[in-house]
Parts: sequence; C-alpha cells; structure tokens
Amino acid sequence: MRFTESLSLALKNIVSSKVRTLLTMLGIIIGVAAVIVIVGLGSGLEHYIADSFSSMGTNTLTVTVQSRGATRTMEVEDMYEIVADHPGELELCSPTVSMMGGVKIGSDTTSTSVSGVSEDYNRIYNYTVAQGRGLQYSDIATRAKVCVVGAYVNQAYFGGNAVGQTLRVGGQALTIVGVLDQRENSMSEGGSDDCLYLPYSTASRLGGSRVSSYVVTMVDEDRMAQSKAALERALTEFFGSDDYYTIVTMSELVDAMTGTINILVGVLAGIAAISLVVGGIGIMNIMLVSVTERTREIGVRKSLGAKERTIMEQFVIEAAVTSALGGVIGIGLGYLLSAAATVAAARLLGEALTVVPTLFAVLTAFGISAGIGVLFGYLPAKKAARLNPIDALHYD
Amino acid sequence: MAALITFQDVCRYYPMGDSTVTAADHISFEIETGEFTAIVGSSGSGKSTCMNIIGCLDVPSEGTYLLNGQDVGRMNKNRLAEIRNELLGFIFQQYNLLPRLNLLENVEVPLMYAGVPRGERRDRALAALEQVGLGDKWRHRPMELSGGQQQRVSIARALVGRPSVILADEPTGALDSRTGREVLAMLQDLHRAGHTVVLITHDNSIAVQAQRIIRLEDGRVVYDGPANAPEAVVTPRAPGAQGGGGI
Repeated sequence: MRFTESLSLALKNIVSSKVRTLLTMLGIIIGVAAVIVIVGLGSGLEHYIADSFSSMGTNTLTVTVQSRGATRTMEVEDMYEIVADHPGELELCSPTVSMMGGVKIGSDTTSTSVSGVSEDYNRIYNYTVAQGRGLQYSDIATRAKVCVVGAYVNQAYFGGNAVGQTLRVGGQALTIVGVLDQRENSMSEGGSDDCLYLPYSTASRLGGSRVSSYVVTMVDEDRMAQSKAALERALTEFFGSDDYYTIVTMSELVDAMTGTINILVGVLAGIAAISLVVGGIGIMNIMLVSVTERTREIGVRKSLGAKERTIMEQFVIEAAVTSALGGVIGIGLGYLLSAAATVAAARLLGEALTVVPTLFAVLTAFGISAGIGVLFGYLPAKKAARLNPIDALHYD
Repeated sequence: MAALITFQDVCRYYPMGDSTVTAADHISFEIETGEFTAIVGSSGSGKSTCMNIIGCLDVPSEGTYLLNGQDVGRMNKNRLAEIRNELLGFIFQQYNLLPRLNLLENVEVPLMYAGVPRGERRDRALAALEQVGLGDKWRHRPMELSGGQQQRVSIARALVGRPSVILADEPTGALDSRTGREVLAMLQDLHRAGHTVVLITHDNSIAVQAQRIIRLEDGRVVYDGPANAPEAVVTPRAPGAQGGGGI
C-alpha cells in the first residue's frame, strides 16, 4: 500500500471524528501558538531595542571615568583634548551629567529625565530644535540657568508655549530657551520626548559633583574597534593605568540587552514547549482509545491481507497527521495572537513593538509537533499492529 | 494433481491455565479446487479452529496444512498476510464492513493491500459490486444497507481479489431465513461458476446446501462425505449414551 493511500485513509478517519480530533489537537495547538508568540515577542523586543538604540546613535562611545584613587583627575577640558588629538577616529564629545529627582513645574513634580550636556549634544544625537534655540557654548561657559525641553514636556505642561517659561531642577529655577522636535509617533510620560537638557556646567554645580561620564562620537561607525582602542590608549596614558575608566559602545549595550532577552525568551519558550509534550501524551491517549475502539476493524483489515507494518503505518500516520494538523492550526493561531499582541502593545505601551513570528520558530514548532505525533503514535500503533487477528475479529 | 487444501493430522492446542485444551485433534482431509464443502459442528467442535487455520489466521500446533501446495504452518506473519490477501476471500457472520468507508472503498480494501493501482482497483471493485447487484449503491455507507445487502457487499469484497478459496463463516447466522437463502443461493452460484467454497456452520439445514460435508466433534472428523447421504446430518451419540440414535 502506498504512502499517499495511508495518508488519505488517515485524513478520512480524522475528518470522520472532528470534535475528538480537535480536542486531541488542542494541546499541540496551544503549545505551538505559545511558542510562536513568545519567540515572536522576543524578536520584536530585540528589534525594538535595536531601533531605539539606533535612534540614540550607534556611532557613540560612552566613557565613564572613575578617577577616585587615580594620581590625576580628569577635567572636562582633558577629555576634549583627547578627542581633538584623534581627528581620524573621534569627532564630537559631550559630558553627560544625569540628575535624579525630576523637575518641578509649577506645583507638579514630574519624572522627566534630566541631563547636563554640552552644546554638541544635539549633533551627537541628531536632535533638532523646534522652537527657540539649542544650548550654546556661552551657556556652558557662563553656567547659564537655561534648559531645552522635549516635545512631551512642552505639550503636557506648557500647552506648547514652553519657551520663555521657567521650571525648577534641584531647587534651581531654569528658563526654557528651546523645545526639541518630537521623536516618537505617540508621546508618553517617561518616553524619549519626556526629557530636559541643561548645560553640564550648570548641572555639575547643582549636583555638586565632578563630570564623570562622556559621550564621544566616532568618525566612522564601521571602525568601531579601532576608534575604541585609540580612546582606550589615550585614557590609559592619561591615568597611567586602565583601572580608572570604562568605555561601552552602544552596540555592546544592545548585545548585552538582547542576550538577556534571548535567555528570557528561551526559558519561556521552553515552558511553552512543555505543553507540546503534554499535547503529545494527549494524542497517545486518544490513539490508544482509538486502537481499542477499532480492534475489530484492525482484525478485518488483517484478515484481508494487511501486514503488521501496514497497520502500524496507518496509525502512526494518523497520529502524525493529527498533530501536524494541530501544528498548522497552532501556527495560524500564533500569527493571529502575534498580530493581536502587536495591537495591544501599541495601545497599552504606546510603543511600536511588533510581535513578528520568526520563520525558524514556525518551522521548528511544526517539525516538533509532527515529530511528537510520530513519537507518541508509535506505541498505540505497535499495539494495533500486534493484535491477533482472530481475537480482533471477535472483539465487541 | 495435488488438492487445493490438504490437512494432514492437524492438531491445535491452546494453553488454558495449567492444562492444555485440544481444539483440533489429528484432523485430516483434502479439498479439491471447485468443491463446495461445509464444515459442520456444534460450538466447541473445533470448526472455528479449523476455519482459522484454513484462513491462515492461525497455524497448526502439529501436523501440516498445505494450501495450493504451500506449507502454511511454516510461514511468518507477513507471508501469512500475503497468502490471506492473494488466496483467500473471507465472508463473516457479522459482515465486518468498515463503517467509515463507502461500499466501493470497502470492496477496494483487499486490492489496496495487494498494491493494485487506483484506476484498476476502482473498476474491479465496481464490477464485483455489480456482480452482487449493488453496483448502483456504491456511494452508500454500510450502515445504510440491510443485513442481506451488507452480506452481499462482503461477498463482493471476498471475490474481488480472485481468491482460490472463499471461506464463509456462518454467513447466514445474522440474517432472517429468506435473506439467508438468498446468500446461500449466491454461494451456490459461485460454486457453479467454478469457485472453491468452504462454508463453516453449526446448522445442518445450511450445511446440506453444500456438495460435501465434513462434520467435526470434539476436535475430530466424525463424517466426511457427500451432503446428500443420510449419515451427513446425523448427530452421532457418544458411546454409552441413553436414548435412541438415528435420525
């Protein structure tokens, strides 16, 4: 008997008991859909992170200086000098001073992120100014009490007329001199439009601390390793040791985060895959019942010339087709849920997080589900094939 | 010329707990091609064992069974399945049609196992259904048919593989007497057309429709001869039993 005939026989049996087949497949359907959605969510997150980091500039190096215990202390001018000494590798530099504690606007305290930066900051991160002006060298030099705010702050707290208004950071009143262009499609609190930039010199004085962090841009993004090495050499020479600074590239940061996400997704997908095994056991269970129910049929088939191998084939194919069909439905459900998750993410988080089923996950899920059918169909099929035709013929 | 079916001292023992039950006790007979033979006996006489062995569903514990000159007792399960497919056509008391398949597909089953290509299979199955007068009903499911019609489908299924032996196990057992007679007439037609038919029954009135009767009792042959002889339908009494013997 040819394979195609076994296949059409299996399909006939599956179609003739639809409800039972559907219930049998349910475990596989849920397992496959869950694996697809989770892996899709993981790859969506990965893209999301890569995108949001690239919007922050992937050609940047973040330098953190820990000069405590070092023989020399690094001033902002020293860093500028180092950058200026490597015109082939390094281009722009800005100190960054992060300030905690939010912003006080009127009587509200917001969670807006506050950074002290240099006048080059706009160029480093491709910010454009929508209203007013950006920070200028004179602001830095005079420690001017001015700031530039993100579009969200402008909209949410000043009704779009922020320029000229004042707000308070760390107890100090600052005049808003400019508003940045909107960066995200849908602005939200805590998003990248909920920000405030002031001169690093002002921020450093308000916080009472030395500048310890810098953003440096590279001339050529593709020569990241060389640029990083050049900066490392210069800093090591400056301090006489490599113990007092760290340099992190954006792409290293992205790699570290996606690595973490991949582990998380792997664990979740593993848990989802357990339901595939449970589904397989469900198939085995139903197949065993089905073999018992069809004992007489098996006897008749054997008396008409079916060999053990033929009977075996019939039941294994039936189990494999059942679970592969479950796999296909699961894939469909996975795509549906992925689309729903994308919509839900956009609505709930206000972020463009697309849950994309990966081809690899889809193929793996399908392969595993068909494999499970064969694996768990084997035992019932063996039982069917071994039936004694005389006993099977007289079974009621 | 060798006989189609040869039983030589065939014995079949079944283990039953500690003891052994002898279901067939040195049974010997020969059946020639074209014969219409009834194997008769009450339950426990060994006729079912006999039919299982003839049908290659079982093999003798001792003795030799030759079918078409081939020693069936020495064959493995795969070869037995092939023999059943090629040489035997079964007709069962309960028809044993597959409920999920339509009539045509039911008749096609033996050809499918024989590896006959789809087109030829369909033609032959349809021809067999027409032979039993059900060619126009091929789309129906077995459950939509009367018992007699189902039995005719099973006859078609037995014939379709052009077997050497048609083995009918109580073919009228589940039918009313009128349909039973129709089925018997059909078997007689097959016999007249040259088929070898072996009928297994407990019912003398059915058995006498055959040409030859082999009567079994307690696993032994107690009569083997023409069906129209008076001794053929006599139930012999065990020695020493009270009451009159005879007809």
